[in-house]
This record gives sequence, structure tokens and C-alpha cells, in this order.
Amino acid sequence: MIEFRAVDKSFNDETVLRQVSFRIRPGETKIIVGASGSGKSTILKLILGLIRPESGQILIEGRDITALGEEEMVSVRRQIGMVFQEGALFDSLSVRENVGYRFFEEGTMEEAEIEQEVLRLLGFVGLAEAIDKMPAELSGGMKRRVGIARALAGSPRVVLYDEPTAGLDPITKRTIVELMIKLRDLEGVTSVFVTHDLQAATTIASEFATVDGEGRVRFSREKAPRRLLNINFILLENGRICFEGNHQQLMDCEIPYVRRFVD
Amino acid sequence: MRVFNVLSRAVVSSIQTIQSYTLLSVRAVANIFSRPVYWREIVLQMDRIGVGSLTIVALTGFFTGAVMAIQSEGALRRYGAVGMTGQLVALTVIRELGPVLSALMLAGRIGAGIASELGSMVVSEQINAMRALGTDPIRRLVTPRILAMVLMLPVLTIVCDAIGMVGGWIIAVYKLLISSNQYWSDALNALQFSDLVGTLVKPVVFGFIIAMTGCYVGLSTTGGTEGVGRSTTRAVVSASIMVIVADFFLNNLLIYFAPLMNR
Ligand SMILES: Nc1ncnc2c1ncn2[C@@H]1O[C@H](COP(=O)(O)OP(=O)(O)O)[C@@H](O)[C@H]1O
Ligand SMILES: [Mg+2]
Repeated sequence: MIEFRAVDKSFNDETVLRQVSFRIRPGETKIIVGASGSGKSTILKLILGLIRPESGQILIEGRDITALGEEEMVSVRRQIGMVFQEGALFDSLSVRENVGYRFFEEGTMEEAEIEQEVLRLLGFVGLAEAIDKMPAELSGGMKRRVGIARALAGSPRVVLYDEPTAGLDPITKRTIVELMIKLRDLEGVTSVFVTHDLQAATTIASEFATVDGEGRVRFSREKAPRRLLNINFILLENGRICFEGNHQQLMDCEIPYVRRFVD
Repeated sequence: MRVFNVLSRAVVSSIQTIQSYTLLSVRAVANIFSRPVYWREIVLQMDRIGVGSLTIVALTGFFTGAVMAIQSEGALRRYGAVGMTGQLVALTVIRELGPVLSALMLAGRIGAGIASELGSMVVSEQINAMRALGTDPIRRLVTPRILAMVLMLPVLTIVCDAIGMVGGWIIAVYKLLISSNQYWSDALNALQFSDLVGTLVKPVVFGFIIAMTGCYVGLSTTGGTEGVGRSTTRAVVSASIMVIVADFFLNNLLIYFAPLMNR
């Protein structure tokens, strides 16, 4: 479980997050929407302990990480995968070394074992043939997918996505959204999805994945949205949470800023 | 009051800069003595710095030595001492010009390279991705660059010194009509043990300054791609100035300790 308690964060005297509090339950999908610069990426960086808040607490599995040092954070980060905006692949490493980065660093697995795991992860995002390429040779959509594969190395229980669909064509966008739904419904991954793409967010909140008799993954729209109870939205306005609730509540919300954002 | 505010801000920010520069240096050096050490990265950097800079350092040395020999003619002829060209070339090149010019060339080539490489890793979030995946970027990126630079710059300086002597020798023999024998014996006689110590100690210090400044400036890059350009320029300018200032203090130290070394 991830919990924020009255978190304040500022950069050079400029307050970016004000009194932000929320909880993410195991298995939940939290969709954080907000305009550019509203502090969405900052929340993900706080969860990973890449930056520290000025005040407030951030609890991960009941442990306050705001006081932890860089070495202690390593074990916390091992359980969290992060898909960065634009992918943030290591330019100087091949796709194989990027995806297997965690395993190569930990040095506990055999070379062949790593190779197999990297191929499995790349297969999941549909890019097994790109294993020997360098990041510079990949398209924007491929970079994001490799980024997702890298984030999934080591089977983290939580995956954070920072605008994974921004700037992509509709087809690639759909591919990425389907990957996220698959991870949520078939692997039970807890996810935090940061975006200003309300359409992608709506898809995630209204479709689910199942495996049919032949082992193929199907995506369906939920009519009685019971399965999707575990999906919640947070709307950020200038670093403050101005709405929290499920998709239906978001659509019905009367707060003017929410209406402006949703319409 | 405004003036006071601006001044106090400037003082505070330069103290902060010195503080974080020192902290980064301490952490980078401390990493040498604990595991894991990224040997592959160290060797890669040594190759890039050492082999890659050989040509420019050799060219710099050759022409500097030659120019010193040409210049010595005018200066020495007045005293009827053209025969002492070897001594003049040896003392200027080995004491001063070899170490300083090699360092300045490398501040341009390597300092800029490090700052732009690390800077673009910062703005594309590769540094954050590295931390998220459990690696200490200082250990993986800064330490190997510093180690490689501190090891390679003395070697390059010796190359510069040696080729500088050869450049002077060619001018001495073919233009000033001094015998080879006289040139070399004169040069070797002029050198003292402290000069050899100096020509090795200086590049160790300069190498540390260049790599450290490149890393520090690169890692503190802000403001996207444009910021990377700014960092690159800043790294070269700061490193060059610091090299020249450090040279002044090292010379004083060497002169102070020379009597002890040359006994
Ligand atoms: N490292 C940083 N230094 C200074 N300001 C920052 C930094 N990171 C983010 N900010 C500022 O914080 C605000 C929120 O940033 P961010 O969380 O990236 O927004 P979002 O992801 O919602 O677009 C922006 O105004 C941005 O300029
Ligand atoms: Mg962002």
C-alpha cells in the first residue's frame, strides 16, 4: 500500500504540491490527471524517493520513506517499476542491456537466465525482435514499450506510468493502453497512471482483459462496472487534489475545474 | 537593501555550490574503496580519454616544443647562449606548458564531453531511471570518469612533454644548428627531480578537476536540451580557469618543497 499524508513539495520557493493526501490499495489502479505542470510527475518521483518532500509523510507498505537514505531506498524501489515520460532508456546500452539492467546490476542471475527473462519481457510488449537494437534506432512508441519491459523486470508489484501515451499515434496509444490493462487484470499489478490524456484514462477505466479458452487475451467493455471498482481518479489542480473518486463520480462531478477538464 | 539582498543571495548560492561540489567529490572518491566497482566502465573511459586524446596532445606538445625553441633563439642570442636551447625547452615544456596545455586541451575535449553526456542523461531522466533501478549514478558514472581521468592525464602529459622535447630538438638541430648531443644533454642536466614530480602531480590534480567539474556541471543541468548546451560551455570555462588557478598554487607548493626533493 502507498499512502501520502499531507505532503508538501516545492522547488526553489515555488510550491508544487500542497497538502496532498491519498491512499493506493494493493491491486488498485490510481489514475492521476491534471494539466501540465500540476505536479503529476512530482508525485511519482516522491513515491520512488527520487526527491524528498518538505513536509508530510509517504508510506510504502507502512514504512515512512521520507527519512530513508539512498541505500535503504534500494529495497523499496525493487518492488516498484517506473515507466518514465519518453521512456528514459539508457542511450549507451542496447535494448537487451536496458531491459535486463536490473538483473545485470544485481548480478545474481546467470547470463542465459537473464537472456531468457529479457526475451520474455520483450515478448510481452511485442518487441522481441528489437533485442539487439540501440535506443536511437527505435521509434517513440517502441521506446515506451521497451521502457515498460524494463520497468517490469523483477516482477514489481507496483508499476508507475508517467504519461506513457503522450505524443503517440492512436494505434500505438491503444497498444500501450492494452499492455497496461493486461498487467492490471492478468498479473494483478497495482498501478499509478499519470496522464493528461483523458481518453486513455477512460479506456483504462472502462475496459478489462480476460483470457479466452484458446489462451488469447480479449478486451471487453464492462457493462456492470463491478470489476472496475478498483480504479480511481485523482484530479490535480496546481498541486492540490481537487477531485478524488471513480470514473462515474468524475463524470458526474459538479466542481467547475473538473467540468472544464472533463468536457 | 536590494543590493544587500542580491549580494547575500550570491554568497549563499556560491557557498552551496562549493558545498555540493565537495560532497560529490567525497562521495565519488569514497566509492573507489567499496563494492561494486564498475571496472568495465573505467576501462571504457580510460580508452576514450587516453587513446582518444593522444593525437591532440601530441600535436600540442610538438608545436609547443618547436615554438619554444624558435623563441629561445632571440632571447638567448643576446647572451650568446643559443646553445642552451635544450635547457629552456625542457624547463618550460616539462615544468609548465606540457601539464597545463594538456589539461586545457582535455578540459575542452573531455570536460565538455562529460558535461554534455551527463547533462543529457539528466534532462532525459536517464539519471532518475538509473536510481529507480537501484544504481547509484555517482558510483556508476562519476567515479569511473574521475579515476580514468586521474590515471590517463599524467600519461598524456608525459607524451606531451616527450613530443615537445622532440619538437624543440628538430628546431634546435635544423634551424639553430645545435648538435643533437648538446641539446639532449643540456635538457637532461637542466631537469631536477622536483620537475619530474611536478609534471606528474600536476596532471593528477588537473585530471581530477576536469572530470569532477564535468560531472558536477553535467549532473546539475536544468532546462532541457538548451540547458545541456549551457552546461557544456560552463564545464569547459570553469575547468579551464580552475586548472590555471590550481597551477599557480601547485607551482608555489613545488617551489617550496623543491629543496627537499632535490637533495
Ligand atoms: N527538478 C525541478 N526543479 C525545479 N522545478 C521543478 C522540478 N521538477 C518539477 N518542477 C516544477 O514543478 C512543477 C510540476 O512539475 P511536474 O510534476 O513535472 O508537472 P506535470 O508532470 O504535472 O506536468 C512545474 O512547474 C515544474 O516546473
Ligand atoms: Mg510530467
